[in-house]
Amino acid sequence: MTLRAPLRRVLGAGSAREGVRHWWLQRLSAVALVPLTVWFLVSILALPSLDHATVAGWMHGSTTALLLILLVLTAAWHSQLGVRVVVEDYVPAPGVRTVTLTLLTGAHALLAAAGVFAVLRVALGAPA
Amino acid sequence: MAQRPISPHLSVYRMTRYTLATSIFNRLTGVGLSLGLPLLVYWLTAVAGGAAAQVRAQHLLAHPLMKLFCAALIVAYCYHLVAGIRHLVWDTGRGLERAQSHRSAWLVVAVSLVLMLLVGWCAFAAGSRAP
Repeated sequence: MTLRAPLRRVLGAGSAREGVRHWWLQRLSAVALVPLTVWFLVSILALPSLDHATVAGWMHGSTTALLLILLVLTAAWHSQLGVRVVVEDYVPAPGVRTVTLTLLTGAHALLAAAGVFAVLRVALGAPA
Repeated sequence: MAQRPISPHLSVYRMTRYTLATSIFNRLTGVGLSLGLPLLVYWLTAVAGGAAAQVRAQHLLAHPLMKLFCAALIVAYCYHLVAGIRHLVWDTGRGLERAQSHRSAWLVVAVSLVLMLLVGWCAFAAGSRAP
């Protein structure tokens, strides 16, 4: 059994060299998320309170804001890659699958953008 | 389109095996954590919205159902973190022998349980400022 599509054979095209792309990005984001999520949990739990002044003051710091943006982007990316595989595994109908994947990718993009926007609003706003 | 090979589906495996249980729990907790992403973004947006918006968010997070959801997220995070590190070790080609994998499966369960208790205690028991 050949794994090459008929169009590929006609065009004489070889591998696109993207076979490990999804796998590799999932691993990279996983490695990055270990320190990022541990930092986030420890920081949140170490805050003396979760009232607005305390949290906004914490988010106003440049290091905190940068790490939060990295956390939101990396988590959204990792989540999107993982959820995609689950849908590809369990949704066999091509139409439903494409629509589901499109909606999920859109939702992840929206969440990533909204998260970054929120962090920037606090970090670039007036000091709390 | 040529007929392509597909991976064997869930039903062909014996579901009681620890190999399968650790794997499917990693996937389940991963999907669960994806549901935590909207919560994180909601909370960040509430902080950006000012003091009144954050008070509303804290009020919502104090609801028993949301507390339960946060507790489930902590459980899912601790398991997914430890099981994910096990996968990363496998990716380097280490620990793939049957005896090693059996041992690491129990290690994952033990370490993640300890983590769950630790994080859960810090979040809910230590002080009254828990979300």
